[in-house]
Amino acid sequence: MRGYLAYRVMSAIPTVLGVTIFVFMFVHLLPGDPARLMAGLGATDDSVQLVRHSLGLDKPLWTQYSIYIRGVLQGDLGISNRDATAVSVHLAQAFIPTAELTVAGIAVAMLVGLTAGIVAANAHNTPWDVALTSGAMLGISLPSFVLAFILIWVFAVTLRMFPTGGDEGAFAIVLPAVTLGVGAAATIARITRSEMLGVTSQDYIRAAHAKGHAPLAVILRHALPNTLIPVLTVIGLQFGFLISGAIIVETVFSWHGLGRLLVDAIGFRDYPVIQGVVLLFALEFIAVNILTDVLYAWVDPRIRYQG
Amino acid sequence: MNTVVTRLLRRNRAGRLGVLIVAAIMLIAEFGPLLAPYGPLSPDYPAARQAPTLGHLGGTDDFGRDILSRTLYGARISLGVGFAGVLLGLIPGVAAGLTAGYYSGGIDAFVMRVVDVMLAFPGILLAIAMVAILGAGIQNVVIAIGIFGFPVYTRIVRGSTLQATGQTYVEAAHAEGARPWRILMQHILPNIFAPIIVISSLQIANAILTEAALSFLGLGAPPPTPEWGAILSGAENDLVTSPYMAVLPGAALVITILGFNLLGDGLRDALDPRMRV
Repeated sequence: MRGYLAYRVMSAIPTVLGVTIFVFMFVHLLPGDPARLMAGLGATDDSVQLVRHSLGLDKPLWTQYSIYIRGVLQGDLGISNRDATAVSVHLAQAFIPTAELTVAGIAVAMLVGLTAGIVAANAHNTPWDVALTSGAMLGISLPSFVLAFILIWVFAVTLRMFPTGGDEGAFAIVLPAVTLGVGAAATIARITRSEMLGVTSQDYIRAAHAKGHAPLAVILRHALPNTLIPVLTVIGLQFGFLISGAIIVETVFSWHGLGRLLVDAIGFRDYPVIQGVVLLFALEFIAVNILTDVLYAWVDPRIRYQG
Repeated sequence: MNTVVTRLLRRNRAGRLGVLIVAAIMLIAEFGPLLAPYGPLSPDYPAARQAPTLGHLGGTDDFGRDILSRTLYGARISLGVGFAGVLLGLIPGVAAGLTAGYYSGGIDAFVMRVVDVMLAFPGILLAIAMVAILGAGIQNVVIAIGIFGFPVYTRIVRGSTLQATGQTYVEAAHAEGARPWRILMQHILPNIFAPIIVISSLQIANAILTEAALSFLGLGAPPPTPEWGAILSGAENDLVTSPYMAVLPGAALVITILGFNLLGDGLRDALDPRMRV
């Protein structure tokens, strides 16, 4: 098991390197002179020169990259050119709210998605199945900002149950988490349903029924564990997508996390912060994918022995 | 082909609904300007912020512009950006996928490394990063959507090509002395067309969603443009007092995305239900 974990981490290294190269190249891909862009509009030639030198932009690209990587490894991601605070400080502040939102979102997605998928599969070809399947199709087609508008209008404006935005109070997280989770819930429901339909026709399920187990026990103890492997993969993948889904949800609900930090930074052309958030999101996504694979190998020994 | 159409239209209720919705949206994109009662940009300040009436079926926005007219015009932009963005990523994606799948070895390893790195940016993040580099605007959104879709097509086409390359018909073509280009274009490509069609339909839905999201964040279509995401972004400030402003553009967006998703699902069921796309 430990060997598999090591193997999986090692095999992600080239991807991580590629991601850092992309993020590093970011300012060099910008149209125009990066030093001038960093110095801001209306900067004098002297101050542009100063910025160029202080950021090392006058050194060869390769040297710049090795300096950048050394910085990243030490947690130095540069300095915001909007308020001269270290990017790492911005990231640290915004990380927790986004983590809370993402975890709450995936909790909603798993609860709703697994339940809906299990119910739909076991009510195959009944009106319940049709309603849940249609609901899931609608769920994957619903942009989060449209859903956010509906939820805000119904639960915040009309019923006054939750605040329209902000991150104060325990209830403030409910609407953003539901908004974030619905798309993932729909995807999880679809895969759970189709995997479960594949399993329920198996002989061992018929045997479990024949032994006289309660129908619910057959579903939860015999059928569900055998659907978990593909379902886990989808949950892991969706968890990764929620990381970037938070960008829009945080903007609508004024949630002070990484997504809002990114959108604000783009508005202010604060390139070091943009680079920092993009790098952090990509690394999180890679980490979640590794965790999913490891979990997957833990559930199914056949995978870890394949090497 | 006939059987595919029959299976899509006759036997699959969801697929049929998808075809209907997509056809309707295409008609609106083509004839929307003729149906629209007002111009999409013409302000009418005395009529600002009107709730829906017979004169303005969808109400009016902050500038007194007719929301129904703006929504009808928006179909053109969303479909245009959706199709253009998908094509822009699809063509190089298919080329890279075919090459990587057929030649394996070094080229394959390199292409898949690039794809892995691109797919390490989850969901909409790569598109946002591209627009942050290129600047806001519809043209850059199309480019961002193309780049964002490229790894998806490449991976699927590579997988299908890898599978096809081991088949007897490819071996036979090779034995006949056919050149790689001819094998790829005339033998492999027609045989892997099914997954390409399905993924394209699903990706159009994704592209329209991405485009609307970017415009909603202020990174896509600039303000007066009648683009659904941009209209919704304008409606956000008035959500408490004038929620009707969001109804038509929101509904149009959801229905369009739903249509392409249903079409993609229906096509998959009609072409090959076991397809993993």
